[in-house]
Amino acid sequence: MKGNEALAEAAIRAGADAYFGYPITPQSEVIEYLMRENPVDRTGMQVLQAESEVAAINMVYGAAGCGKRAITSSSSPGISLKMEGISYLAGAELPCVIVNVVRAGPGLGTIQPSQSDYFQAVKGGGHGDYKLIVLAPATVQESVDFVRLAFDLAFKYRNPVMILSDGIIGQMMEKVELFEQQPRIAEAEEWATVGKKPGKDSVIVTSLQLQSEEQEKVNLRLQAKYREVEKNEVRFETYQCEDAEYLFVAFGSCARITRKAMEMARNKGIRVGLMRPQTLYPFPAEELHRLAGQVRGILTVEMNAGQMVEDVRLAVNGVTGVGHFGRFGGMIPSPDEILNALEKQFIGG
Amino acid sequence: MAEKDIINPENLVYEKTKVMTDKVLHYCPGCGHGTAHRLLADVIDELGIQGDTIGVAPVGCSVLAYYYFDVDMQEAAHGRAPAVATGIKRVLPEKYVFTYQGDGDLAAIGTAETIHACNRGENILMVFINNGIYGMTGGQMAPTTLPGMKSSTSPRGRDVRTMGNPLKMTELVAQLEGTYYVTRQSVHTPANARKAKRALKKALEYQKLNKGTCFVEIVSNCPSGWKMTPVESNKWMEEHMFPFYPLGDIKVPEK
Repeated sequence: MKGNEALAEAAIRAGADAYFGYPITPQSEVIEYLMRENPVDRTGMQVLQAESEVAAINMVYGAAGCGKRAITSSSSPGISLKMEGISYLAGAELPCVIVNVVRAGPGLGTIQPSQSDYFQAVKGGGHGDYKLIVLAPATVQESVDFVRLAFDLAFKYRNPVMILSDGIIGQMMEKVELFEQQPRIAEAEEWATVGKKPGKDSVIVTSLQLQSEEQEKVNLRLQAKYREVEKNEVRFETYQCEDAEYLFVAFGSCARITRKAMEMARNKGIRVGLMRPQTLYPFPAEELHRLAGQVRGILTVEMNAGQMVEDVRLAVNGVTGVGHFGRFGGMIPSPDEILNALEKQFIGG
Repeated sequence: MAEKDIINPENLVYEKTKVMTDKVLHYCPGCGHGTAHRLLADVIDELGIQGDTIGVAPVGCSVLAYYYFDVDMQEAAHGRAPAVATGIKRVLPEKYVFTYQGDGDLAAIGTAETIHACNRGENILMVFINNGIYGMTGGQMAPTTLPGMKSSTSPRGRDVRTMGNPLKMTELVAQLEGTYYVTRQSVHTPANARKAKRALKKALEYQKLNKGTCFVEIVSNCPSGWKMTPVESNKWMEEHMFPFYPLGDIKVPEK
């Protein structure tokens, strides 16, 4: 299936209650698939094309506030528009899934694939001290599986989860195994606005505090939650790191190209490993720090001008050298280029 | 009559609705918000839908409306209440959903959300408090500020040549296919308050019919923002606001 369509099908199967979105290339197939599939007949899932990205994310807020599984998808310029709503969702501690099929920027940029929204996804984007849980799929299969995982994590932590995909994964076709249809949420959690129960206090969904003392308490609670996320939810894969002298770090579609570069290097007798973070937040800092102790250099490969490399450097903390190789603006690095970069920066070829 | 006789249940002819909490309103003395809250809460009580109503509070003076209405409520980002209400209503179509928004929220920063929710005919009630000024932020010009009217961002009076014209949002949404009932009311006299209450009640009753958006504007005063006493502000409202924003039904369901 095509990446975007598989992701849309996964949303239905994950038991989503509602999708709200606005068309933007390269992810419009998500809403097109949902409108064609008309899941209201299959599962009761609501699908609505909103008047704007801003409205779409706020519809997600409304549905999420009712304790429902709500999802939206967009691409980079659209995600920028959603940032206000994402901050409110994080502040009100509402669970939801936001998919960013990244294209190159800044501004209108191009519709070609990119990873240039790493900072926006991982470091904030919206205002205030908050974190999204960020999942980075590298295959169509993973973008399917991560939809279900994203809803689970969102509800476990009452926090928005972003799936940071890109135009390659959204547009390419791969074989995919779809999980079984999951039931929609039957019973609302007690924080959800579904109508005041007799004898109980009314439920209020808000991110507003008038007193600094109270706001700080909220911030501390959020930070404690993020520490839990960091403790429990780090996900990554490593390839051939046991005997590695050098290490590649790459995520998403770029990690697949980098893996090819790793194989080419090994054919030349250069022992290289690869670490692929599947969660960008929480970042696999501990494992990376451990690996840094055994290698002579780390090359971070990204389809941007150097964003994840900052987290790599923080994790490595000077234990070994960290370099960056990136193509951007919608250009995709070739395995040759990546290998050349490794040789040039670390081996002296 | 002594106080204890007055509060004797046998002598009770009027009481606070249980749909309002006991929290002290933060609104300025003489402001219409308190009355408008009370009327809406009364209607929810009378219809027996307290447990089936979900409200959306905006950004503005009524940002804390959820402290006063004893129903489940969500706080929306500035202007986004109609989108939030859409999200709620789409997943809980049997519930009664209302937004309660001021003029800056509904007719400036949230114009798109307002028009499109109405145009889709979202089956919600939108209560629009129009006092021609941004109260919460300290009296700046609103989209509904009258020509020549002074505010902290139109200190020499609103000059329509450079600042644009006041927006008649209620007439605008009445043009849309999606709206079912559109009316403009006020709450500054007992007679007007009774009329406004009837309008709010009708609007919530219509929500059961699933026929489209109901939109109730309440032209209100803002003594603090207008820098007048409550009495002066009501007089000014009658003399200046009502001629520009005439009271009455603008769109009623076809019989």
